[in-house]
Amino acid sequence: MLKILKYSFFDLIRSRWTYIYCAFYLILTFSLLALSNDLAKVVISLMNIVLLLCPLIATMFGVMYYYNAREFTELLLAQPVRRTSIFLGQFLGVAGSLSMSWLIGAGLPFVLYGVFGSAEAGNFLTLLFIGVVLSFIFSGLAFLIALKNENRIKGFGLAILAWLFFAVIYDGLLLLALLLLNSYPLERFALAASMFNPIDLSRILILLKLDVSALMGFTGAVFRKFLGTGFGMAVSLVVLAAWVLLPTLGIRRLAMRKDF
Amino acid sequence: MKTVFVLLCVSFAQFLFGKTIEVCPTCPVSSIKQAIQMAHACDTIFIKKGTYTEGNILIDKELTLIGEDYPVLDGQNNTEIITITSDFVNIIGLQIQNVGTSYTQDRAGIRLKKVHHFHIKDNRLFNSFFGVYLENSSDGIVEGNMVKGKATNETSSGNAIHMWYCNNVLIINNYVSGHRDGIYFEFVDHSTITGNLSEDNLRYGLHFMFSNDDTYRRNTFRNNGAGVAVMYSRHIGMFQNIFERNWGAAAYGLLLKEIHDSEINGNTFRENTVGIFAETSNRMNCHGNEFTQNGWAIKISGGCQQSRVEGNNFFNNTFDLATQMAAADDSYNGNFWSDYNGYDLDHDGRGDVPHRPMKLFSYVVGKTPEAMVLLRSLFVDILNFSEKVSPVFTPENVVDKRPSMKPFPLKGARQFANRLPFTASIGGAVDEAK
Repeated sequence: MLKILKYSFFDLIRSRWTYIYCAFYLILTFSLLALSNDLAKVVISLMNIVLLLCPLIATMFGVMYYYNAREFTELLLAQPVRRTSIFLGQFLGVAGSLSMSWLIGAGLPFVLYGVFGSAEAGNFLTLLFIGVVLSFIFSGLAFLIALKNENRIKGFGLAILAWLFFAVIYDGLLLLALLLLNSYPLERFALAASMFNPIDLSRILILLKLDVSALMGFTGAVFRKFLGTGFGMAVSLVVLAAWVLLPTLGIRRLAMRKDF
Repeated sequence: MKTVFVLLCVSFAQFLFGKTIEVCPTCPVSSIKQAIQMAHACDTIFIKKGTYTEGNILIDKELTLIGEDYPVLDGQNNTEIITITSDFVNIIGLQIQNVGTSYTQDRAGIRLKKVHHFHIKDNRLFNSFFGVYLENSSDGIVEGNMVKGKATNETSSGNAIHMWYCNNVLIINNYVSGHRDGIYFEFVDHSTITGNLSEDNLRYGLHFMFSNDDTYRRNTFRNNGAGVAVMYSRHIGMFQNIFERNWGAAAYGLLLKEIHDSEINGNTFRENTVGIFAETSNRMNCHGNEFTQNGWAIKISGGCQQSRVEGNNFFNNTFDLATQMAAADDSYNGNFWSDYNGYDLDHDGRGDVPHRPMKLFSYVVGKTPEAMVLLRSLFVDILNFSEKVSPVFTPENVVDKRPSMKPFPLKGARQFANRLPFTASIGGAVDEAK
């Protein structure tokens, strides 16, 4: 598996797209830093972008890579290599290279601007961590969708739909539910609901770090009380880990059964 | 001015007719109480450097007490220190400390009881339960005092400068921190609060109750538990103050509750959870203020009529304005909004497209506070955008018909930022007191 991981990883690292992706983040972060110089504000701007772009790019990249590498995959399948290691290797290769692009692209400018001396170091690390986790989650989902669908068009469509669901539609449904159930105490519901969407969970984790929680009033207090404690933090980390693990296990299961 | 003139006359009179008594630990007169007993009206008592633990000192004559190098009057945590029951008393340059918490009486560092024409100047009050306590007193000045406590909870702490049933008092250039309320006004009329710095108090930096015709200007209120509260009062002028970093789930820069005919001009509101929160306040006049990076710049709840919010700058607030409904005679015209994106074809400096400062999400949050968990989500941005293009839900008349294209060059409070002479030395002095 490691060999395949290594192969996928280096294959992607040599690819133009990885460089473009990395360069995009580099330029973006540098220009944001040059524009505002206030690390806290750049972290906020970057947060909006991460929550949108990391999942989107990971989804697209995952699907694309799977379909493009299909012939090579078939070649590998003919060799005495375990199936799970082929697919997991590929998935981890994609997620790894995306994460690396993100870490370098967003991390390097901050480090050069001296983030580790400032008070923003914690927030910055949270941001980086969340970018990585989101890359893993969404490339995993993309692989899962691609494995399930032989038809490329359908696969692409479903992958984009998945991204759209988590990024936009889910929030819409949540808002609708909150409005309809207006007369009930909803803090716990909102807390639970945000756990089921990795993007929402990431967003709230960052928002709480950035002290915007005061805006959220009582709801914010409930969130902070939960997520501020070791237990809450552990739960949200476990949930994020589950979001990484579930697609991975799904890939494993599908890969074992799939008929090529 | 009248007050100042009278005080001047009084102090001259003392140099002309009064005699002087010196107090120091090694002098013939070594106790302040003894000196007061010896003194006649209009005398001056000089207190040299030293520590005096004499319990409660009652001043019932027209005296001037002047401290040299801040002599320490220590209450050893179980007594009120100076009680003034005579008119025409001046207290200058004393360090008063350790009054001690009491749950049965409101002990103070300096208490004035039913007096007029007083001058409390350049004193340091450390760890006093109530700092300067004025009851039924009028026509006086509280100036340049540093009142610093170490309050930890509201129930066991007092106010730094507390005024109850007073009239015509000046509160100038004081530094108040670490108490329950920085400056507290109850039934205080025709008084002025100028150039004070109030920070790190547990509840409010400044608290007004049932006080009419007062003005406060060029003060800074920073980092207080809930900001500044002005309640049940009329004709209050608030000019060129700075309200900043009042941040927390129940914190406001400025809370207005049943305030009628208020003037809020030239203030700066920075990094507050809510810049101004107004409730049942009529005829609020809000001009030339600057709102920067607040959660809500202005939040107007029900029952406010004839609010005028004009000529202000709004920079990068999460929400510029939140209100449930706007009365027909409210006005939000002619402000600068940093998120306005209209155009100005005739170059008259005013945008040609009306601006709606109230976002849809702001309306939704007003209805369902829990929806705040969706703050900064993409879906919310899309909602706001579509509402902006064709407003359906947000109140029809919350609109700026002629928004300014450029921020107003407001002098604001910046230039008046207080430079209290002693703020730099506060740290050391407090350590000494402990």
